[in-house]
This record gives sequence, C-alpha cells and structure tokens, in this order.
Amino acid sequence: MGVRQIGARVHRVEDENLIRGEGKYLDDIQLPNMVYAAFLRSSMAHAKISITDVEAAQSLPGVQAVFTYDTLPSSLISKTQLETYPAPIIKQSMLPDLLANDEVAHVGQAIAMVIASSRHIAEDACELIQVDYQPLTPVVDVLEAAKPDSQLTHSTLKDNIAASIETKFGDVESAFAECEDSLELNFKQHRGGCHSMECRGVLGDWQQQLGELTLYSSTQCPYLVRRMVSKQLGCPESSIRVIAPDVGGGFGPKAGYYPEETLIAIASKQLRKPVKWSEDRREHFTSTNQQRDQIWNLKVGFKNNGEITAIRGHVTHDSGAFLNYGLLLSATTLMPLPGPYKIKNLHVTLDAIYTNTVSTSPVRGAGRPNAAYAMDRVIDAVARHLAIDPAEMRQINLVKNEDFPYQPGSKHRNGSMMTYDSGDYTGMLAMVKEMADYDGFRKQQKEARANGKYLGIGLACFIEDTGMGPYEGVNVRVDVSGNVIASTGATSQGQGHATVISQVIAENLDIDISKIRVEAGDTGKFPHGIGAIGSRTGVNVGISANDAAAQVKTKALKLASILLEKSENELELSDGAVRVRNDSNQFITLADLALQLSPAVAGKLPEGFETAGLEAVSYQTTDYMPHSSGANIAKVEVDIITGGIKILDYYVVHDCGRILNPMIVDGQIIGGVVHGIGNAMFEQMVYDDAGNPMTTNYGDYLLPLASEMPEIHVAHIETPSPANPMGLKGAGEGGTIPAIGAMINAIEDALTPFDAYVAQYPVTPEYILDLIDGKKVAAE
Amino acid sequence: MQEQDVQMHVNGKPVSGKVEARTHLGDFLRQAVGLTGTHLGCEHGVCGACTVIVDGDAVRSCLMLAVQADNCDVTTIEGIAEENGSLHPLQEAFRNNHALQCGFCTAGMITSLYAFLSENPNRSDEEIREAISGNICRCTGYQGIISAAKEAAAKMAKDNRN
Repeated sequence: MGVRQIGARVHRVEDENLIRGEGKYLDDIQLPNMVYAAFLRSSMAHAKISITDVEAAQSLPGVQAVFTYDTLPSSLISKTQLETYPAPIIKQSMLPDLLANDEVAHVGQAIAMVIASSRHIAEDACELIQVDYQPLTPVVDVLEAAKPDSQLTHSTLKDNIAASIETKFGDVESAFAECEDSLELNFKQHRGGCHSMECRGVLGDWQQQLGELTLYSSTQCPYLVRRMVSKQLGCPESSIRVIAPDVGGGFGPKAGYYPEETLIAIASKQLRKPVKWSEDRREHFTSTNQQRDQIWNLKVGFKNNGEITAIRGHVTHDSGAFLNYGLLLSATTLMPLPGPYKIKNLHVTLDAIYTNTVSTSPVRGAGRPNAAYAMDRVIDAVARHLAIDPAEMRQINLVKNEDFPYQPGSKHRNGSMMTYDSGDYTGMLAMVKEMADYDGFRKQQKEARANGKYLGIGLACFIEDTGMGPYEGVNVRVDVSGNVIASTGATSQGQGHATVISQVIAENLDIDISKIRVEAGDTGKFPHGIGAIGSRTGVNVGISANDAAAQVKTKALKLASILLEKSENELELSDGAVRVRNDSNQFITLADLALQLSPAVAGKLPEGFETAGLEAVSYQTTDYMPHSSGANIAKVEVDIITGGIKILDYYVVHDCGRILNPMIVDGQIIGGVVHGIGNAMFEQMVYDDAGNPMTTNYGDYLLPLASEMPEIHVAHIETPSPANPMGLKGAGEGGTIPAIGAMINAIEDALTPFDAYVAQYPVTPEYILDLIDGKKVAAE
Repeated sequence: MQEQDVQMHVNGKPVSGKVEARTHLGDFLRQAVGLTGTHLGCEHGVCGACTVIVDGDAVRSCLMLAVQADNCDVTTIEGIAEENGSLHPLQEAFRNNHALQCGFCTAGMITSLYAFLSENPNRSDEEIREAISGNICRCTGYQGIISAAKEAAAKMAKDNRN
C-alpha cells in the first residue's frame, strides 16, 4: 500500500453499476402494492379556476383517489407551499397552493392529483376532470411586468415586484464624476432549464405500523425535503426518511422543494400504499424551475488607459410565477460582481419580478454565469471603445497576485465581506493565451477575413465563490469485518463524491478503496446535511472525511499501542493493520481493533476511550469561502451567409486549489463548458404572448449535441486555498460560469467587420443574420 | 383497454406477456420484464436514453410499441456484458475515460455505440460524434464518451481480427 490517492486519477467507484444498467433511479424502484400518480396541470397562464367535475375521473376503473385543493387533509399546517428560504427583504412572497385553489399563475401549475393502478390510467383520469377557466390577463414579458402600471400576475399582488436588492461599494458618484470616459451597455441574458436527463420523481411509502414515511425523491437536497415535508405535514422530522437514490443529474432545479413531494406523502399516508410519481418531459418543461431572463442595463466609467473605475446599473430579473426558491438566484447574480476585476466603485440594483411563467431558481452556476457574462462583456466593450486588445484590457484590470487576500467590497449573503482567498488571475490569462496561441490566431483571423472567412476569439475570466458552509459532515467507521463505512450528508447526482470521499479515507487509513463503502443521500444514514449546490460538496466533504479518517487513525494507533504494549511512535498504520515498525510479526488489524471497541466485547472501554467503536465524525468548516477562478478562450467561425456558428476550439485554465481527482474535475469542467455553450447558442424557453410555453420538447428546445461540440482543452493551476486545511476549492460550476461570455465575445469578435454588438443570448443563426444585415443596411 | 400477446427474445432469453397496444417497448422492458437499465429521458424520441438494439439496429424504445417488437431479438444494456459477467469493451472504456457522470444516458450511449461500432469499428471522431448526435448527455460534454468510443473501437477491431 502507501499508494497516493488524493490527487490521483482514480476510476469512479460509482461506475460499475451504472455501466451495467444496474443503477437504481427513482422510476426504477418498484414496491409491492404500489400505485401511480399523475397531475392535471393548468392549460392557461393566468385564470380563475373552479373544478366542476371529478366524478368521471373517480369512477374510471383503476382510479384510487383524486385530490384537489378542497380534499387535501385539514391536518396540514398549510395547504400552500411553505417558504423554503424566507428573507425579510422579500416584499411580496408568492408561493403556490399545493394544488391550485381558485387561481392559476402559469401553464403547468398543478390543479389535481390522480392516483391509479397504472400511470396510463392516472393520466387518462386527469383528462376527465372538468375545470372551468375564467381567463385573466397574463403578463409574460419581464420588462412589461416590471412597469408600475402593469397588469398583475397574481390578483392578490400590489405590483409584480417580489423584492429589490442591491450591491454597493466605493463612491460611485465621485468615480463617475472623475472618470475620463463612459459607456452604456444593455443586454438580455436568457438561461434555460436544467434538463437533467432524468426528470424529477417522488415515491412515498407510508408505513402505518411504524408511523414512518420513507420518501424517495430525485433530489439534490434530501435534508431540505425532509425539513419542508415535515413542516408542511406537521410531523416530527424523525418520522420522515428521505432517500435520494441514483439521481440522473440535477444542475440546480432539483435542489428545491416542490409541492409534489408533500402531495405524494399525503397520498401514500391516506391510501396506505406506496405511491410513485415520475415527471414526464413535458411536465419538466412546465413545472420544474428554470432560470430564463435577466435584462441588464449598465453604465461603465473608465480611464483612457483602460482602467475601469466605476459601474452603475440595474438588473430586471424574471422570477416566474412564484418565489419558491427565495432570492438565492437574485442574490448570486449580484454577489459575484465585479468578478476577478479590480473595480473599486460599484452600485447595481436588481428587481425580482413575477411573470406568468414557470418559476425560476438556480441552474448550474446560479446567477454567477450572468454576473461573469456582464463583466466580460463590459471588458470587451470598453476594450473595443478604446481600441485596446481584449487580453491586454483584462491584464490591466485583473486583481494581481500581490492583492490576495482581496476584498472587492461586496458582501456575501451571510453578511461577511467577500474575500478572494488566493489565485493567479493574470498567470492564468497568460497561460490560456499561450495554449490557444492567441497572438497566432489574431494573424490567422486577419488572413481569413481577407478571404471572406470570419473567425473570432473570445476571452473570459471569472471567479467563483465555492465551498459554502457551514459543513457537510462525514462519519468514518471501521467495522468488525475490516471494512470502512463512510456516511455523509452529501448527496450526488453524478459528481463522483463517493469516489473522492473514498480516496481521502483510503489515503489516511492506507487501505484499498474497495474496502470502503459510502452511504449518502439518505437522511436515515446520517443526521444532518445540506446537499449538492453551489460547488460546495468536494470542499466540505473533503475536509470532513480527511478529519474523520485522521481521528480514526489516531484512535487506532492509541488502542494498538495499549494492546501491543508499544509506544505510538513505534507503530504505523499500513494496509489495514497497525504494525510495529520493522517487525512484520507484530501487528493488529483494523478489524480486530474495531472489535475491541465494539459492544461485542464485554466489559469496559479501554482507558482513555470515551466513545464506542472505531469511528469518528467530523463537521469541518471552511474559514471563509474558497474562490476558484479561471480563464477561458473560445474560437469560432461565423458563416455570414447562413448565420451558422462553428466552434473551432475551446480552452480552459482553471484553479480549484488542490485537486482531489483530476479525472473528475476535468469531467466537471468540460461538462460545465458545454452547458454554457448551450446557453450561449441553443437553449431558449419561448412563451407566446398568452403565456403558452412554445418549446416543450427537444425538437423545439435545443440542447448541445456531440456533433456540434468542440474539443475542450483543459489545464489547471493549483493555488491551495488558505481557507481550509486541505487547500480545496469547488469545481462543479466553474466550467459553465465563464463559457457564455467567452462564446459571445468570440462571436462578436468574428463580426468585428460588421461593427456588430451582440445584445442577447442565445445567439441564433437568425440573430446573426440580423446583425449582419443591420450593418449592410446602415452602410447602404 | 384490450390487451395483446407479445413474445420476443430479450438478451437471449424468451419473454412473453400481455400488453395494451399503446404500451411502448421501453415501458414493457422496464415494467413487464423488469429490466430497468433502459431509461426513459424524453419519451418523444429525441434524447436517445432509451435506445435498445432490436434485430441488430439501435432503436428508441419509447417510439416503438411493444407489439411492434413481437418476435424480435432485443438487446438491452443488461445484455451487453459478456456471458461470464466480464464487461464489454465499451463498458470498460466508459469507466476508463470518465464517459459517464450521473449515468442516466449511459445505457443509450452504450447501446447506440454498440450497434454503430459492431457494424464497423473503424470510425473517425467525426463519425462517432455524428453517431451519438441522437443521444443527449447533460453531464459530460461528450468528450469522455468520444474517447471511450475510440478506445472500445480499437479493442473491438482487434477482437474482430482474432
């Protein structure tokens, strides 16, 4: 043994089942006597409703129950979804009734739930329920909804503003008064949905004799689901066990709490049967949170040497119909400003606005890709205005190495001053330029233009606050079989957490990874947890697993020292046993040590051992948020006849501190970049004026495909974070955050001869042609 | 609703059952046969997660009715590994190249590539990308899948020669 595990390209322990088709996702779970749920959802964006007939549905053979608002149990604490993330700054908090009572606010809002012996029958029965819709005027466009005289998106609102927030530091007034030049920039950002390949799903299994509910949910946050369902039902948290089985991708929207989770619990309890609901793809488009629109208006002040001194602006943010994820998406939009750039004076306000569309919540990166995009578009716009090369412009404005720890002046949402702990932003910029042969490409671009080919290169630099606390605990236990069980609150949707946890433990205890079993995503196996959000899990479980394993090692050496009658410095832990150095005959296995501390051996614990078992639990926390960072370059070719964009190459330099598993980190980065490319070029959730979603299948809503994606070249630097003992920083979203900016900057760069300004994404071929035509018209 | 008799060979074993005419092959395999390795991602024929092999061709099992597969030979992800349980070169290569994260699209990716590379393992990167352009993966960005397909193709070509 003695093999280095941390930092090694260890193959994933998760893969064996998944490549054989032996994973267990929500819809794969079959329980005896199970029945199936389907939902009748609103076909109108805004209407008063009354349910006029459920008889026909109820009497369809195979139907077991029909639930509406009126027939929900009166024992519920509330028939309206409880607030997941309450905040005093929320002016008007709109949350959906678990099933709509008298008003619906978006197409797809749940009105009734049918339980039947098959999903087919449940869906058939939904068709038989009669709903009388009295249409109200829907408000679909976020700018329209933001107007003071707008129609209301819910009839109980005063206006459509959910909340107004801001980020402010420095002296913006004076900075603008003193700047040498300024520019105004307006752009629309549109990010789509999560589109995990597995839709959402919930399976409730109420056990009457135990008074317990086992709730399986395809969720990123089982502890949140437990908390919310317990609050909604008014029952103890300990009577609910939430299990996230294999989850087929999350990307943010599966981190929320949804009415279906409580409704399935109610149905299972009432029918005394397991009840399963598997969201279909159309429902995913109309009931799972999305991200969608933000309208940005910015004013930038700068000096003629390129130094940006002030930013002022406003963001109009589309909240959708309800605020079921609080202000987290809004907050993560403003918080990362001004990114890796040293801009001392900034004031940006944001209004979160209700519209009659699906609710929004974070999608991979949350608001960070939006903030990063804003900054990288600002940099490019000023560079163009001053005729400074965009790379040089970044070099001028980036935070320098001597500035760390750097406080831009903004505040984290926990109230502390944002602190960039470490990094090498200018070094990464130089490195990515080198990788992409930036200067060479500029020459190539000039020659290509002479031949009627339009090449473009785009840069983006970013920071990401990661590893959000307070903790993600890990318990490490050696059992009497010599196996090691790690249980944790961390929950995975494909990130490979079980592998990295195993690596950390294997290195500490010098045992083979095959001896480690990771139990996760199950509130019955570990008491506290948060879940996979905000690029936090690797950092939090990494340091907790490391600490817990180190404690176990200490405990093992101490006990072995007593049993072998040797001092601890004469002992070493290797290959599953504590051994006397230089004496291969004297050792005691971890299994035997575990037995000595187990209840199987009568008597009392050895002197100095206060806790039973060869185990330890740790809830390590980071001192402040470790900041990952990176520099990206995209190269594109734009076809000015068709408006088509070909991505030629994509380069990433990323810094997530000390890397636990480079194979997994590269997978996160590459997948994240492709998600960002999807946002930049393809993904668009379209509504018509009546609030009907027009893109509810993968023929209309485009996701990135293998045939269009470039080779993505990834390199790393490792500046260990001083914020935690292992030097870790998060890596889950750093691919996505800069990618949109790099792509749009590249596309705009290709269109330089047309003096085009890309004012929105996704950039479609039609939009490219409009940009080109606009110039031609002006030139004529 | 009236039920129809169907019979087919799934992963080499005879299977029969009664299904409603509207039951698609994916539901039949998952619910009646109990092979849940085939996943349903969109149920409208675009995402490719539900791909299985029917008489040698890659087929979206959400677009084929179970009754249409009557008397056919069906291979699902559970039937890809060797009979002795050892992994198929594609499965091995998927693990080696980190070609999966959440694993939900993986069965469809492997069955699509299995049909494509079994026909001819000598394929360019571009051909492989085109071959899986009907399979959506949200996690990996496809790069690991392309590397895995190339590694497996080389092994499959070698096995063909032997």
